[in-house]
Amino acid sequence: MAIRKIVGIETEYGIVVRGTDESNPIAASSTLINAYLASIAPNRSGRAERVDWDFEDESPGTDARGILESHGALAPEVETHLVNAVLTNGARYYVDHAHPELSTPECGDALSVVRFDRAAELILRRSMDAARTSLPPGQEIVVYKNNSDRKGNSYGCHENYLVDRLVPFGRIVTHITPHFITRQVFTGSGKVGSEAPGVTTDEVPFQLTQRADFFEEEVGLETTLKRPIVNTRDEPHADPQKYRRLHVIVGDANMAQLATFLKVGTTAIVLSMIEDDWIDRETRFANPVQALRQVSYDLTLRRALPLADGTTTTTALEVQWYLLERAQRYAETHGLESVGEACGKQILLRWEEVLVDLEADPTRLADRLDWPAKLQLVLRYRERDGLSWDHPQLAALDLQYHDMRAARSLSERLGLERLVDDADATRGIDEPPDDTRAYFRGTCLRLWPESIVAANWDSMVFDVGEDPLRRVPMMEPSRGTRAHVGSLLERCQSPAELFEQLGASDR
Amino acid sequence: MPEREQVRKPAPSRDEVEVAEAPSRSETGEKIKAELDDLLDEIDEVLETNAEEFVKSYIQKGGE
Repeated sequence: MAIRKIVGIETEYGIVVRGTDESNPIAASSTLINAYLASIAPNRSGRAERVDWDFEDESPGTDARGILESHGALAPEVETHLVNAVLTNGARYYVDHAHPELSTPECGDALSVVRFDRAAELILRRSMDAARTSLPPGQEIVVYKNNSDRKGNSYGCHENYLVDRLVPFGRIVTHITPHFITRQVFTGSGKVGSEAPGVTTDEVPFQLTQRADFFEEEVGLETTLKRPIVNTRDEPHADPQKYRRLHVIVGDANMAQLATFLKVGTTAIVLSMIEDDWIDRETRFANPVQALRQVSYDLTLRRALPLADGTTTTTALEVQWYLLERAQRYAETHGLESVGEACGKQILLRWEEVLVDLEADPTRLADRLDWPAKLQLVLRYRERDGLSWDHPQLAALDLQYHDMRAARSLSERLGLERLVDDADATRGIDEPPDDTRAYFRGTCLRLWPESIVAANWDSMVFDVGEDPLRRVPMMEPSRGTRAHVGSLLERCQSPAELFEQLGASDR
Repeated sequence: MPEREQVRKPAPSRDEVEVAEAPSRSETGEKIKAELDDLLDEIDEVLETNAEEFVKSYIQKGGE
């Protein structure tokens, strides 16, 4: 049976300093994050009591295909010198390249991802507020939850799924590729125009996704150049004998909660079906990279996409209907325990509802999904003011849709459906999820910040006094939950006591 | 023709479920349009004042 699909997403935000011509995005990102950290835990000297990320186990250059890239491709680098903090909700908040990035804690299901993604947005919002006081008058840091600057520079929103190591990677590639190409019909955040070389506004006035323009390969290790539809980074941050972490770089950052829910939820179900070898049809596109763009560029959702046999075609919606029907059968025969039974049922219902509406009239989804919401906004403006598609006003609307300031965010103004209310998401700013190892990480951090030297996804390092530093391995993402360690952590008055107890029970 | 297999119609079951699950959704499109006209006026108030300058100066470095 498919293993539990523990999931997290990592979002890089666009960043701008207003009120000055001279700004450095790395410095601005550091200012933003440091201002937030200082605001949540200022000590007497005014500096944040901060627990740093531990890079001991990072190896992003390892390839899932078991080979190292050798044709001029570069393995991703780990930057260890920039601000990099662990939060009490189990998340990681850091500067990556020239962007502020927030990785959610490991979540037990898709709804939990939505909750912690919204918590991340609220953290960014608080960070902007906190940074205002540390900047010269008239300056302001503003962040955007999008994926491109409209000038050919892209930054990502990556998804991570726990996958059974026993499943051959080739099978994952075969069956996840058609899902990644066709799920764009509901995961896209929408974009005015195209950034692909040589593509004009006349050809593509508006497209479904932010990201499709930037993908050039089918499979590969890269994330910044020659981006692949299936990323092969093999760095499980868990027991490598048992697990993979499928690192997905092809998705958009979403403002619509339903888009995030379905992006993560449908992908988790498709991966479960792949693990149980339940997908009984291979959809091989003649040219997957081209198909990715063709789907993104086709607002009718009816474009015939050539298949590899050279004679037949399919459409994005047909592939999605096939996967949904297969998933409905899967739910009957296997159950949905791997994605959370209740959440899984909800995923299937919303998946079907969205496909029905996309097929009938995507405009119906303007209150629930990003690209229909953004498209409708842009179309109404265009109509009212008689603007051509390449008018800067439309590009400005596109960018401002993703503005993270409450008063300025156009997506917020549109009042899209919420799956998680803000009171619930606000608790997720400080409190970790109950049902993954993030509970242990976040709770220890809240109880004993002064004793934790460093933390990362699969371990924590404690300073318990006279003894040498103690590293606690956390190689099982589904352990360290509230059910496992909640009462233990409540009982212990200190980390030293925790180690006594752990030593008595576990070793 | 093998085409029949790939281009087959989705199972009929979804129509039933559409009726059962989403009866109120069908009117939402029109409703949104009407509301959006009011909303545009409101949005005008918060829009970046110089769209051209805003779009031009929004420059990011690549990430990931």
